[in-house]
Amino acid sequence: MQENSVVYLDQVSKVYGSGASPVYAVKNVTLEVQPGEFFSLLGSSGSGKTTTLRLIAGFEMPDAGQVRIAGEVVTTQPPHQRDVHTVFQNYALFPHLTVSQNIAYPLAIAKVSKVEIAARIQESLRMFQIEQLGDRRPSQLSGGQQQRVALARALINRPKVLLLDEPLSALDAKIREEVRQELRDLQRQTNLTFIYVTHDQEEALSLSDRIAVMHNGQIEQIGTPQDIYQAPTSLFVAQFIGKANFLSGSVARVLSEFIQIDIDGNLIQAQVPGFQVVAGDRVTVMIRPEHMQINPCATPDNQIVGKLNAMTYMGQLFESSLETPLGNLRVIQLGQPIADSTSRYPAVTLGWQTKDCILLPA
Amino acid sequence: MNNSVTGDPNIISKTNSRQFGFLALWTLLTFTFLNLPIAVLIFMSFNRSKILALPFKGFTLDWYNIAFKDAALQISLLNSLQVASVATLLSTFFGLFASFAIYRYSFFGKNVFRIALNLPILLPGIVTGVALLAYFSDLGFGLSLWTVILGHAMFGLPVALSPILTRLTQFPRSLEEAAYDLGAKPAQVFTTVLFPYIRSAVIAGALLAFTLSFDEVVVTIFLTGRDNTLPIEIWGRLRTNITPEIAAIATLILATSTIIVLFSQWLNRESEA
Repeated sequence: MQENSVVYLDQVSKVYGSGASPVYAVKNVTLEVQPGEFFSLLGSSGSGKTTTLRLIAGFEMPDAGQVRIAGEVVTTQPPHQRDVHTVFQNYALFPHLTVSQNIAYPLAIAKVSKVEIAARIQESLRMFQIEQLGDRRPSQLSGGQQQRVALARALINRPKVLLLDEPLSALDAKIREEVRQELRDLQRQTNLTFIYVTHDQEEALSLSDRIAVMHNGQIEQIGTPQDIYQAPTSLFVAQFIGKANFLSGSVARVLSEFIQIDIDGNLIQAQVPGFQVVAGDRVTVMIRPEHMQINPCATPDNQIVGKLNAMTYMGQLFESSLETPLGNLRVIQLGQPIADSTSRYPAVTLGWQTKDCILLPA
Repeated sequence: MNNSVTGDPNIISKTNSRQFGFLALWTLLTFTFLNLPIAVLIFMSFNRSKILALPFKGFTLDWYNIAFKDAALQISLLNSLQVASVATLLSTFFGLFASFAIYRYSFFGKNVFRIALNLPILLPGIVTGVALLAYFSDLGFGLSLWTVILGHAMFGLPVALSPILTRLTQFPRSLEEAAYDLGAKPAQVFTTVLFPYIRSAVIAGALLAFTLSFDEVVVTIFLTGRDNTLPIEIWGRLRTNITPEIAAIATLILATSTIIVLFSQWLNRESEA
């Protein structure tokens, strides 16, 4: 554990049900968040990401493990004693209070003087560009406005960590991207630690400094967006993030610069993985569709001849499907397609580099 | 079918006006049948006639004047107000606690508990009255306004409980969590977030309990000592001396009760929304 991590979960578990078959909502989760980081918990529903967030906030107590915030053990502390605030999915604005009163709530609870409260509300309204909404009730606000009020309320007394539970899911698709950028700018400006829960990988990849991918209550991988995308360490992460081609094969030779893989008699060069391999091991090979080139100009490390059997034009990109001795492969390239129909260029060469050929445990 | 005026798809539009006209007429007749006796009584209270009968001899407020000056009536009115106030306080207070128990906790015998709480309004007043009478005399309590208060509080509790519980079940849990999350201690969460949300339901429940207590006769007869509440006083007089003064008093009670009930409904409107 690093000295100054602001949130530290140590082998935390949460179980539901009893008797013979307990269900683990969260199982042996260990993670650390550094101050000023934008950290995301990414997974589909039931992956345990929301439960993990609630364990940090204090709405749930773990059945095993320890929760530390800024070095202090808070495992059994209730939420009102933790210096952590949450932005809920449905914003949870108090309906009987005005916008200003909602934002001032944490200060009023802490019995801050009325004069100071008034000043800080003004500052907050200005920062979130909602000056004219001060006297409105939450029911009179749009979704985007409600979210800003929820953010303002959670940030007014500068907590150590801000937890966000799928804050964009309740917004219209149109404004989601705009708000997403605003959140990132806000985090950079205030330099606060944000822990963000989402099921949307695009959100996680574009917003985060680091991501923890979760599945079935456990952490699959923690890393920067590049780590997660370029170097997934498990089949689940590789399949969950982005699109990829997956091939099954066995290790033919282990060399220092690359690993030679045998796939149905074809030999290809793959990048040296982070785990031990010996000749004969079964492995899964992953190649991202954008790392493959049709009829490449320079000689690539790996090439194979295939037959183009479908093409999908998507404006900015085009996706091709090829039948090869390695199986059916998908390729995505920028720009214009190489052919109008698949019959004119039946046999094409497909090429890719060793560094883009990732090995995963079978 | 959409009603073009309100846009509410549940409302049937007036396409068949003959059917609608017949329905309207029938409804009007039913309402008249139900409310005519009361309307006549109100009418009679303004009648310048020494007996409670037609013909109409002219408009007067004399009966109201006499009613206001009647000493025995004033004492019994005071008794009624005292009983209703204390009974309402007890009903609402315990009703609030009971509603939290039902909403928040699961405990052994919870269903039995809920049924038992509702019994006083389901059972005939006579049953409640006799049961309490036997109970109090076994304990050696003399009958007085206090026994009446306890009797009224018993059926007031489920009456107050009902709107409070309904409102509580509508309370979004996330609001409570948000309050805790932002630093509020449990007592603060109750006063700043939870109670404001249910306040209108608490008041509505209290008003209903008050109205029922004020008008109650059956249980009161069993449990009162020498003091009379207003309905008991009126009832006593009806057996000996029927004057239009009674009609005036009845009209006043009707007006007050109606205002209270309407106010209680208005307060609870957000639960319907």
